[in-house]
Amino acid sequence: MLANYGYKDASGDFFITIDTGQCDGCGNCVTACPMGVFLVEDEDPNDPLRDEPVALVAENKKKKLKYECGGCKPVSHSPPLPCVEACKSGAISHSW
Amino acid sequence: MAEEKKQEFWRWTESSWKDPHMDWKDAHFITVGIDVGSVSSQSVIMADGQIFAYGNMRTGSDSPNSARNALAFALETTDMPEERMDYCVGTGYGRVNVPFADRAITEIACHARGANFIYGPEVRTILDVGGQDIKAIQCDEKGKVTTFLMNDKCAAGTGRGMEVFSDLLGVPIGDVGERSFQVKEEPPAVSSTCVVYAKSEATGLLRKGWTTEEALAAYCRAMAERIFSLIERLGVVPEFAVTGGMAKNRGVMDRLMPMVKLEPMQTRWDTQIAGAAGAALFAHALCKKGKGRKK
Repeated sequence: MLANYGYKDASGDFFITIDTGQCDGCGNCVTACPMGVFLVEDEDPNDPLRDEPVALVAENKKKKLKYECGGCKPVSHSPPLPCVEACKSGAISHSW
Repeated sequence: MAEEKKQEFWRWTESSWKDPHMDWKDAHFITVGIDVGSVSSQSVIMADGQIFAYGNMRTGSDSPNSARNALAFALETTDMPEERMDYCVGTGYGRVNVPFADRAITEIACHARGANFIYGPEVRTILDVGGQDIKAIQCDEKGKVTTFLMNDKCAAGTGRGMEVFSDLLGVPIGDVGERSFQVKEEPPAVSSTCVVYAKSEATGLLRKGWTTEEALAAYCRAMAERIFSLIERLGVVPEFAVTGGMAKNRGVMDRLMPMVKLEPMQTRWDTQIAGAAGAALFAHALCKKGKGRKK
């Protein structure tokens, strides 16, 4: 499942996509993100019949992604994002 | 002193229904799904995975009471005692506030499952335009979510926006669709669907000499564009179905469909009950897995 967390408002689209099929719940993203955007839960709230742990974007960060992620995206050609780099299975992507 | 009578144009009709051919006494599992949304609350009572009764009403100022009222509204149509229910799943924005629910499941999962039930297994893309958010979901033939996107930060283009606009223009919400087509020429979309600025948008248009119908048309078009920009990100795979209250608004739907380039699926069920129906189906699945209250 491609889980798109985030929002769209007048200033643009701000979504973090987690491919739950790829995610193995390792939790590397949780420690890599300086803003604590990610969480690993034992059960996917959007797929109640799945039992493996999965990463998701914390409820209190979902509506603030533009600002929470701002620090890692200062300019174009900036270094790879810590969350994307930490995710070995390549499950995390950003829409902006 | 003359008494001022304030008409509430935004009020949509509440409804409840019961299947006259079903008897709860024959059922093995009675499961209940409660969807407490920001604007409306629904309850669906299922007997062995089939809809037995439902109630659809406005959410009040307190979620636990709205949940109780929605359930009572559906139970009223039946002679079933509340204690008979085996398992109850709460969903929607107020899902953690359903006091009698055995479990809470997100509305994304419930809407996909519910749409799969009320529209049939061919449905692949579901658009849910709710009271304060818009959800675009893709699912497989079993109603399992394959990708989703939810915009709950901004209420532009949602049901509440339409309620506010219909109230400002003094057009009953059920007539908005019809009236918005009574224009000589389709006006351009309004620049902002922001609910906060709806009043200045509406008065601005009327001051420019637009008719009420033209203002409605412009607003409906803007809403359709706003909704389309969200589903565009996800992509539309046929078959396409719309759930939630906005599915009943022709003004927005007939303007949205040429953009989507698909015919929406039709259903005999109330489009607003999709989330609660999905919750009741999950409750049924959990019961069958032996996680229910029944021995």
